[in-house]
Amino acid sequence: MNFLRKIFEETGKFVEKGKPLSWAYPVWEAADTIFFSTNKQTSKGPHIRDNMDIKRTMFFVVIALIPCYLFGAYNIGYLNALALDIDRSLLANTFFGFGYVLPILIATFVAGAVCELTFAIIRKHEVNEGFLVSCALIPLTMPPDVPLWQVFIGTSFGIIIGKEIFGGVGTNVFNPALTARAFMYFAFPTKISGDKVWAVGPDGYSGATALAIPANPVEYDTASNLFAASTQFDFSLMNMFWGLIPGSIGETNKLLILGGAFFLIYCGIASWRIIVSSVIGLVFTAFIFNLLSGFSTNAMLTITPLQHLLIGSFLFGTVFMATEPVTSSHTNTGRWIYGFLIGVLTVIIRSINPAYPEGVMLAILIMNMFAPLIDYYVVQSNIKMRLARNA
Amino acid sequence: MELFNSESKKIISDPINVNNPISLQVLGICSALAVTIRLDQAIIMTLAVIFVLCSSNVILSVIRNYIPTRVRIVIMLSVIASLVSVVDELLKAYLYDMSKQLSVFVGLIITNCIIMGRAEAFALKNGPSKAFLDGLGNGLGYGLIIIVVSFFRELFGAGTITLPDGGAGYVLWSIPESWYAAGYENIGLLVLSPGAFIILGLVIWVQREFAGVEEDA
Repeated sequence: MNFLRKIFEETGKFVEKGKPLSWAYPVWEAADTIFFSTNKQTSKGPHIRDNMDIKRTMFFVVIALIPCYLFGAYNIGYLNALALDIDRSLLANTFFGFGYVLPILIATFVAGAVCELTFAIIRKHEVNEGFLVSCALIPLTMPPDVPLWQVFIGTSFGIIIGKEIFGGVGTNVFNPALTARAFMYFAFPTKISGDKVWAVGPDGYSGATALAIPANPVEYDTASNLFAASTQFDFSLMNMFWGLIPGSIGETNKLLILGGAFFLIYCGIASWRIIVSSVIGLVFTAFIFNLLSGFSTNAMLTITPLQHLLIGSFLFGTVFMATEPVTSSHTNTGRWIYGFLIGVLTVIIRSINPAYPEGVMLAILIMNMFAPLIDYYVVQSNIKMRLARNA
Repeated sequence: MELFNSESKKIISDPINVNNPISLQVLGICSALAVTIRLDQAIIMTLAVIFVLCSSNVILSVIRNYIPTRVRIVIMLSVIASLVSVVDELLKAYLYDMSKQLSVFVGLIITNCIIMGRAEAFALKNGPSKAFLDGLGNGLGYGLIIIVVSFFRELFGAGTITLPDGGAGYVLWSIPESWYAAGYENIGLLVLSPGAFIILGLVIWVQREFAGVEEDA
């Protein structure tokens, strides 16, 4: 380690204040803090610092995402073998999938790093590790066959518009990863609107996703019957839970997402209130829609609460996106309201509007916008209650 | 008054740069969003606005000493509305396709805050020649922004660059088919109004950076 330390000390002299290379300080600092903890001393209070700084927090989220990456890669290979009707081993499937996941991951990180470094140098602040999590999340929300230049543009948009123009990590209103996803959703709708499957198959291979089947049925029937009638993919509850269905790279296997959720809650990073309340909101709204489904010919209304939980990326969104500490509500009461409304909005967007098969992304972005307002009223009502009590 | 002394230069250049009606004063946003889907629409709209703005500024400036303060808004509106009607009829007569495409937005020049704002803030207080220069400057400032916005919206949203001609527009350049075959796609978002908002926001960002304007926090 002394050898490494020496390298950083030697190179650090070049980027000190006043030296010609001082503009590159943020780059040096970012590399340095990857290997060593900071030697900065606090000059003002508070002096007690938690070991869980931003870098560690972010790193834990990335760890929670790794299983999703592995399964995502395997699923790409599995669906490809299914489409081509060939037999392949688990390992071969995974390697096949990595051929698609890795380029997307690299494109995302290159775009993210370029934007983050540019802004760090212009604004003369240290490189913030927030972009690592955003960049780790973005590939998981992408279809496997997405063109890489679109990933590059989408990520840059997410990092710049979603985060940097608001002032960087910690001051952003919208989740940068979801901003990138939303941009691509509206900019390149033919690729990722969510009604066509994203399996890597032979030319012209396509089919309807689980959410698109009840949205555009040939003939009215309940969602469960429509799923059962689908011959291309097995949309049974069990199969949707295990994730061997087409979808975005990281969202199909619900078990791994639940594992990630428990890990993040146990480490104190994700708020369990948001996750629980959004599930309550989803189940509640789906149940109401089930009751109302007799009055309508919209088959989306007949999707049962359990199916809603397993279809699409609701769980992935609520565990990894909605719980982001910056853009969610900061008060505990606020978190309950925030999560509940995410669940409600997800079902409403999914069921009522056939143009948007998947609603969780838009639901979270809308609630990101309202999170400060919710917090404001929670705080105000608390103040009022205490004033009334002491009056 | 000399035409090109430093004061009159300032009257023209200020609204183009440091006091731009769209990017600094954030006026006239509605039409800036509506007519920037194609470059040729933006160019014709710019010409129309420059015409209305210069004429209304000069007319109101000439009669400024005869307008009673209490009814000035009515008089300003009637002058502007007459001029807009003239523009509308001219477009219908000579550029029928363009007037179809711009549809209601030519008529809505009446409600463009820039025109009323310049009349109220400048023309009623200054002589006709200065008022003309002010109208020209503000019209060019407005035009500069919407032409830049529409250039990017059309290029990346629809993949073409269209210049105005007598008919449906002359396509100067469009993205070659080979690009599409290689996997290029137009950014559909830019054709929608939110896309215009995003581009406009970025243009405002860049322009304020160059003009060195800081908003009070």
